[in-house]
Amino acid sequence: MAVVTLFGSWFSPYAYRVIWALKLKGIPYEYILEDLPNKSPLLLQYNPIHKKVPVLVHDGKPICESSVILQYIDEIWPQNPLLPADPYDRAVALFWIKFADDKGYLMLKFYQTDGEEQQEAVKEWLEMLEVMEEHALIGGKKFFGGDEINMVDLAFSFVAHWLGIVEDVVGLEIFEPHKFPRVNSWIQNFKSIPIIKENLPDADKMSAFLKPGREKILASKSN
Amino acid sequence: MAEEVVLLDFWPSPFGMRSRIALAEKGIKYEYKEEDLRNKSALLLQMNPVHKKIPVLIHNGKPVCESLIQVQYIDEVWHDKAPLLPSDPYQKATARFWADYVDKKIYDLGSRVWKTKGEEQATAKKEFIESLKLIEKEIGDKPYFGGESLGYVDVAFIPFYSWFYAYEKCGNFSIEAECPKLIAWAKRCMQKESVAKSLPDQQKVYDFILQMKKHFGIE
Repeated sequence: MAVVTLFGSWFSPYAYRVIWALKLKGIPYEYILEDLPNKSPLLLQYNPIHKKVPVLVHDGKPICESSVILQYIDEIWPQNPLLPADPYDRAVALFWIKFADDKGYLMLKFYQTDGEEQQEAVKEWLEMLEVMEEHALIGGKKFFGGDEINMVDLAFSFVAHWLGIVEDVVGLEIFEPHKFPRVNSWIQNFKSIPIIKENLPDADKMSAFLKPGREKILASKSN
Repeated sequence: MAEEVVLLDFWPSPFGMRSRIALAEKGIKYEYKEEDLRNKSALLLQMNPVHKKIPVLIHNGKPVCESLIQVQYIDEVWHDKAPLLPSDPYQKATARFWADYVDKKIYDLGSRVWKTKGEEQATAKKEFIESLKLIEKEIGDKPYFGGESLGYVDVAFIPFYSWFYAYEKCGNFSIEAECPKLIAWAKRCMQKESVAKSLPDQQKVYDFILQMKKHFGIE
């Protein structure tokens, strides 16, 4: 029987994408929780180039980079497809996945900066929300995938959960629901799906974990 | 139904070159439209409203944006000739990983090599060469990354070869001295008509980079 192992960390949104994909397809897997400041030799062996989570190991063969992993999973286990079958629709979905992937840096940028640099992060964040609102969620869709979630919804998950936590840690509210009604609707819908709801890192735990780090960064800047 | 394929592009763009190669490999007739990036056409802004960037592939009036997505799309639609992605899912994942690596490392590091000087440039050069050596290992004993024939990673990476002379002149180093196997691979690719016709002359690219440096005030 094929063995599936997933290396992840308790708060990485990229690891959670893979968890959700495996659960949506009903694939059993062994989960290895990595302590990122102390990466295991096995992780470094399976991902020598980027040394990051998530890494999926299937039949002893490693696959790295969450978008690559998700496409692999979708091809090996076609039930509950995560990408459209039509090549054009698939190209559009992959466009939005790349868009979301390219915006992931905002979480760290907002968390690690203050002053002008942080204002820049806020501007970029709002621009991203505007694009989602005006271009990605048009047509009255419940999810990016239509009536069901797909890989695009999983890719934007950091907007639904992680950005709110960073807002709390930094003490600034950026996302105003009334300004982005479609995005807000999508967030509520996305987080009510049982597989998503039951598999999210605890917001309070994450805040408590991230706050000291934020204080240290600000202290070192004022020195 | 008559296929209408248009490519909005800019001649030195390595990303545009990827789609040119893919279309040529498949023998697809298309209309090439050169964009002036300082004065973007209404068509470009309409077809890529989110990024307003080239290349944009327009197939029967519908836009596909992002070069690697275009290559995959071309491979899927015109699947009966010159397959670029392997059929095996694990090999496909490996190909996607390395194309992603090219995007994450090569373009940015290469840019830093021509845009900076002094210590910053020295660091960029070192990291750039390290990245090239890493990719070079992936070729192994095969003629191409794709094996016996040109594949997805070859198409993703070979366009940057047209920029190598510019990187070398700006950074004062020889890529061939550091990565001889990589240059052998590049020359092999250049013997293919689809590649040779899609890449601009290296001197022309260098002249373009010199103009850019003047424009940005980089000495």
